[in-house]
Formats: sequence, structure tokens, C-alpha cells
Amino acid sequence: MLIFTLRRLSLFVFTMLLLTLLSFSLCFLFPGDAVINISGAINATPEQLIQLNESYQTSRNIFFQYLAYLTHIMDGNLGLSMASQSVIGHEILNLLPATIELSIVALLIAMFVGIPLGFVAAIKHNKPADNIILSVSMLGYSIPVFWLGLLAILTFSISLGWFPSAGQISLLFEIELITGIQFIDILLSDSPYKWQAFSDATAHIILPACVIAVAPATIFIRLARTSMIEVLETSYIRAASAKGLTFQQIIFRHAIRNALIKIIRHVGLQFANLVTIAMVTEVIFSWPGIGRWLIVSIDQRDYTAIQSGLLVLSCFIFVVHILTDFIYAALNPLARGVKYGS
Amino acid sequence: MNYLSAFICAFFTLLVVSGCNNEDKLSLSQRSVIYCAEGSPETFNPQLVTSGTTIDATSNQLYDRLIAYRGAENELVPSLAKSWHVTRDGKKITFYLRKNVTFHQTDYFTPSRLLNADDVLFSFNRILDEKHPFHLVSGGHYPFFQNIEFKSLIDKIEKINDYTIRFHLTRTDNTFLANLAADFSVILSAEYAQQLTKISAQQNIDTMPIGTGPFKLKEYRVGSLIRFYRHDAYWQAPAQMEQLVFDITSSNTGRLTKLLAKECDVSSYPIAHEKIIEHNDLILESITALNVGYFAFNTTKAPFDNVLVRQAIAYAINKEVLLDTIYQGHAELANSILPNSSWAHDTKIKAQEFNLLKAQNLLTQAGYPGGFSMDLWAMPVQRPYNPNAINMAKLLQADLKKINVKVNIVSYEWNTFLHRLSLGEHQTFLLGWSADHPDPDNFFTPMLSCSASYTGSNRTFWCNKHYDDLIHKALKTNNINKRKQYYSQAMAIISAEVPLIPIAHSKRYQARNKDIIGDIIAPFGGISFYQVSKLTISEEKVLPLNNDESDERSTEAVN
Repeated sequence: MLIFTLRRLSLFVFTMLLLTLLSFSLCFLFPGDAVINISGAINATPEQLIQLNESYQTSRNIFFQYLAYLTHIMDGNLGLSMASQSVIGHEILNLLPATIELSIVALLIAMFVGIPLGFVAAIKHNKPADNIILSVSMLGYSIPVFWLGLLAILTFSISLGWFPSAGQISLLFEIELITGIQFIDILLSDSPYKWQAFSDATAHIILPACVIAVAPATIFIRLARTSMIEVLETSYIRAASAKGLTFQQIIFRHAIRNALIKIIRHVGLQFANLVTIAMVTEVIFSWPGIGRWLIVSIDQRDYTAIQSGLLVLSCFIFVVHILTDFIYAALNPLARGVKYGS
Repeated sequence: MNYLSAFICAFFTLLVVSGCNNEDKLSLSQRSVIYCAEGSPETFNPQLVTSGTTIDATSNQLYDRLIAYRGAENELVPSLAKSWHVTRDGKKITFYLRKNVTFHQTDYFTPSRLLNADDVLFSFNRILDEKHPFHLVSGGHYPFFQNIEFKSLIDKIEKINDYTIRFHLTRTDNTFLANLAADFSVILSAEYAQQLTKISAQQNIDTMPIGTGPFKLKEYRVGSLIRFYRHDAYWQAPAQMEQLVFDITSSNTGRLTKLLAKECDVSSYPIAHEKIIEHNDLILESITALNVGYFAFNTTKAPFDNVLVRQAIAYAINKEVLLDTIYQGHAELANSILPNSSWAHDTKIKAQEFNLLKAQNLLTQAGYPGGFSMDLWAMPVQRPYNPNAINMAKLLQADLKKINVKVNIVSYEWNTFLHRLSLGEHQTFLLGWSADHPDPDNFFTPMLSCSASYTGSNRTFWCNKHYDDLIHKALKTNNINKRKQYYSQAMAIISAEVPLIPIAHSKRYQARNKDIIGDIIAPFGGISFYQVSKLTISEEKVLPLNNDESDERSTEAVN
């Protein structure tokens, strides 16, 4: 396990180096002065500019400039937003938790809906239930998320009035930002309306989370189906049924556990996909997360924000990826021996 | 697996438990109102701006003025001043202040005294005195006061005692009181300013406001929300709602969605009026704003120096069509520059006739039987008084083609447009005017007086001695009937001389939930939530009358 951990860590370090290199090169590729792109100080006085040039070591060669950039990132200094002149690090810290919250809820929904359905399809392999589930999942996968989001708002917010259409929580509730994850903040707050706020926040998250969950859920359906079919064809399942175990015992004791392990490997991969969908959904549902912020920044040509936002988002996705790898390795001893960081 | 099911059980129990608390939730939303606003305010001090969005968010919520307008007649009534006295020559105005007015107590300021003359002195000296320590904080621009030449009007402001203050004017000006009652003339706290000076955070006076108004600022997140709490120690009865939230939603469809999904109680400038009318629980309100959109001539340039040509063009324009297509019926036809809601409006002024034959005859008389070609400058931006000037120009082009007048449409970027207009480079133009306060003079002097043609706000460069005499006389008399007469005569001169053709007085729209009662919008100036309250469900059952009333209002508004 130690070697596995070390291998993953070295993979992490190298990927991060590549990512920072990419983000560093962006400041030269964007139009304008590289120092201003990297720091976002568009209104800097000449003295401040000299200082900035010094701190980013622009007079020395590109390698030292990159090192200076890395030092800045390590210090948590991501520069200023060109559009609002606010500190990007703070903005990201405020916004990223909202995206994490939304993505995790969406992921849970996708897993809780997708995996059981996939198992059902596998068990009823080549029967009508299987076909129906597969075609529904095909449909779900091909629906564009922006259209689905608008449709959901139209149906569930406007026509039926079941769920709110925008935001994270009703503006009436004052919840202090502590962790940034709304549900935890609500539980930590001393507002007399704590439980109303909690149910209000729940109502707010259901619609966007379900919209995000549709595409990953369909993928989980297929993954679960394939892996279950594979497991059901293995010799130990046949042995179990030869021993006289009932069908239910076979499924619940042996098949599900072994099928799940294969799916968990893919959760990390799916997470990247899910965050991309979440970015678009955040715009539609005015969710105050990093995706919406990034899209607005792209719209405003806020290069510093784009650069730092991309770095933080990709870093976040990568961390999730590695975490799922660890979970997979912890659950499946076979995986720990696998060489190369695949 | 067992842990998982336990967790799921716990989660759903939580949901159910929180669902049970719904009664409390009702009470919180019952005591608060959410307003979907169209933009963020630039500052929290109305003295510094003329933008409607900022005035809406600040003026009537956070502050009070010395005097105020009330009722359909827009009469002046006491506010922070319990009474006032004007000397016979009209040059000394004394205000007697109320002795029970408290400033906001917030997280950042606790007042130690009540309002007194020092606060009034501070508020106006900040504008007038260039050496005042707060004059240059936030830039030193006070556009409303600069437009009305406040500085040259006021000789000095004298504090007689703690609760009496006297304004010495350099000349008689009947609009002085109206200007003091306008949304911009708010009273700030001198004590708060002192406190800020001590910690050298002067700029906070405009961003973390302290006023005497019915609400106080609790929280502001740029581009997202403004949260107000009720000012419980307000000098009048406290506001009905405990919390007022401005949900800043700049997208038009976003505001509509939130309104339909009941996420906001009131929405500014709604779109899709038919959709709102369709819903039984929503009310679409409109109010004819004090503004006018017009088509005007540069009377110093040929052929528009000839009154016959101007009259001919007035006859050739089909205003009804403009109203239907450009304003989509959301405006009233303008017969004079003064909207009918103004007290000086003269019903005897006839609607401009649409008559191509007369127009052609007049053109022949003027010596242009074969027509001519002209430039028409159309403003590039959308304004309440003219939602689409370029399209209006195209319609005018078609209209005038019928009398052989060829129109070239010209448009520049907005600031260039205004600048070049004031230089007089144009022949004709489409523009408009929104009033700052309901005094009719606010239409007559800035739009068409000789002095305004020198300062550039009268872009027709029309200067009529008789007209100027009349509006000066109207300013000097206190007799309202006489003033009305003078203004009628002035309007008659405009109709005869046609320096401009008034087209429409547009309406301001607002949509609200049926259970929100109380007036919010006014014909001029910012919105106010002081009078607003919410019908509770039980009340709705007990008081069906109230419901009917709002129904009537909705039909009225629709018509």
C-alpha cells in the first residue's frame, strides 16, 4: 500500500507541475502584458508595476519566472480579478465549496439511481426490463443539459411551483459563510430558523442536482450493467449457485459487492464529466459556484481569473480522481499490486 | 450496508422534521419581502447620483428629506421638518425640525443623539462647500444639485438653534422646496461622519450608510443582494415588513422566472406582460411616469428656422402608430411636454392632428413644394421615454417620405451623441426628458428656456422671449392658479411654434404577487417599501374585500 501511495503521490506532483506549466504559459498566450495577465493588476501604478515585475522575476529567464509563479501559487496568491479587482484566492475559496456541494449531491443521486438500475438491467439481461432501462439511459445521455435545465425550471418551478428556480437558498435566510458548504453552515449557524433554512436549501439543491445527475446516472447504469453481467458469468457465482444458495443470496452477498468495486474505479473519471456539466447547470440555476464564476470570467475576458480558475478546478478534479483510486485500492487488494499509474 | 441505511433513515427523518417546521417558515417569509431589482446601486448616497436604480435602492428606504410629496396632487408635506416658513420675498426659508428623529443603529454605528440642525447643515454643506472635509469624498460630484445650480441659489445656511435652520437664497425660486423634497436631498448623520473621521474611513459614509429612513442596511453583496432590516425606532410608525431583500437579477427573463416561481414578491421592469396578466395571483401595475419622449428640431438651422416647416412636419407624423409599435401601447400619447399627471397639465390643449394635406400645403407655403432632405439623429440607447429610437426614426422616415421629405438616420455612441447635440451639429433629433421632481418647471426651464440653450440642455436652441417671461413669472408667484395659467400660455406657445413635437409619456411597470399590498412605485422618483405589507393566509380568508380590491387594481392596470 505504501508503494501504491507513493506512486500516486508522484503522479500527483508531476501532473500538478504540468498543470501549472500550462496555466503559466497561458499568461503569455493571452493578449496583453504577461505580468498584468498573471497578476491581474490592471490599474497598477508604475511603482507597483516595478514591484510586480520584481516579484515575478520577469527580468530573468523563463525558468526563474516559472519558479516565481510557483512560489506565488504556493503562497496562495492567485492574483487579482481583472474585472472586479478582488482577490481571486478568496473568491475561489468562497465559490468552490458550493460547486463541491452540488457535485457531490449530484454524484450521490447519480449513483443511487444509476447503479441499482444497472444491476436490475443486468439481472434481467436481454429481457424487456433491460431494453427499457437501456433505451431510457440512451435518451438521458443524449439530452443536452442546458435544455434539460430550462425544461426542469419551466415544469417544476414555474408550472408546478414545487422547487425554486435559482440560487442556493432563499435570500431571506442569513447564513454565515463558515465552510462554504451550505448544509454544514446551516447546521453550524445559530439562526432561529435553522431547520427551515435546511429544508429550503434542500429544495434549492434538488432541481440542479437532478439535472446534473442525469448524464452520469446513465453512464453508471451501463457500467453497473456490464460489470454485473461479467460478475454473474464468473465461476465463483456458478459455484455459489451449485452450492444451493438462493438467487437473492447470490446477488446480495456476492455479486453486488464484486460488481461495485469495478464501478468505483470509474467514479473518479465520471466526476470530471460531472463537474463540466455542473458548470453549465450553475449558470442556468444561478448557483453561486465556481463554474458560473468561470463562465462569467470568460465572458468578461478576465484572463487572470480564467487562468487561476482552470488551475484550481483541474487540481480539484485530479484530487478527487486520486481519492477514488485510494478507495478502490483499499476495497480491492488486487489493485494495489498493479504497476504503473494506470 | 447497515450504516448506509441508518444514514438514509436519519436524512429523511431530518427532512420530515424540517418539513414540520413549515409554520415558522411561513412566518419568516410573512415578515419579509423580496424585490427583484434590475441592477446594483453605484453607491448608497442618493446625493451623488441620478441613476434610477440607485435611487430605487437607497433614497426612500434608507433616508428621509426635510419635506416630502404626498398624494395624487403631489403636495408638499412635512417630513423631518415638522413645519417651514417662507418669507414674503421668498428668499428666506426656515425649517423647524422634529425632535424625535433617530438615526439607524447598526453593526457599525450606534447613534448617541437624535437628529438636529447639525445633521442638516452637514448634509447640505457637504454639497455646497468645496472646502468641506466630506465634499471630495466619493469624487465631489453632485449631479442633481449641479443641474439645478444649487450653489448659486443658496447664499448661506444658518443654524438658528438646535432644531431650527434657515436657508438664505440669492433669488426667489419656487422650485426650491420641490428640490428639497426630491429623492436626492437626503439628510445624513453628522455624528456618523465625525466617527468616520476619527477612524479615517470617510468613504464609508457612502458605502455603509446611516440615515433616518424606515429601513437600515444589514448586508450588501455586490451583484447579488441588498438586505435591509426594519428601523424599529423610526420617527413614524415602523414599516410593516421586518426584512426587505433586493435580489439583484439583471436578466429580464431571470426576473420573470423568479416572479413566476414565487421567489420574489415584487419585480421591477417586468417583461412578457401578457404572461403576468394570465396568472391570477400576479398583478401587473403601471404608472405614467413624469417623462416625455419627443422629436425636436434645431431651430437655428435651415429649413427648421421656418416655423411653417416645423408645423408641416408635425402634421405629417402619425403618433398613434409610433405609440403602438415603439411603445407597444405602454405609453400615453403626449399632446404637450407636460404629462397629464402633473397638476399644471392643461386639458384644453388639443391633440396634434395627423393631416398630410395640411402638411403639404404648409410646406408649399414655406417654399418647399418639392420637399427636401434632412438628417434625423436617433439616440442609440433604450430609455424609459423612448424604448427604441432607431426604429422610431425609421417609422418617421416612412411618414415624412409621404410629403417628399427625405430622412437620413444618424446615430452615434451615446456620449458622443449627447456631446455633438450640445454643439448643435444636428438638424433634427429624437430624445426625451425624465423629471426629477413633480414641479412643472422641471419640464419648462431645462428643456426649452433661453438659458438652457446656452448651457446645452435645450438642444433645439429655440429661444422665445415671451415664453421665457412666462416661465419666470410662474417661478416667482406662489399663487397656484396663476402659475397654472402661465404654464398653459407657455404650452400654447410651444404648440404654435413647434420647437419640438412631444410624442409619448411612457409608463413604468412593476409586477407583484397578489398578497403584497401597499404602494411601491410613484410617478417620479424612487420606489418605497415603507407602506408595503403582506396578507397572511388567514387574513386572506377573513378579508376577502382586500382581495377584491387588488383584483380591481389589476384590471385597472391592465387597461
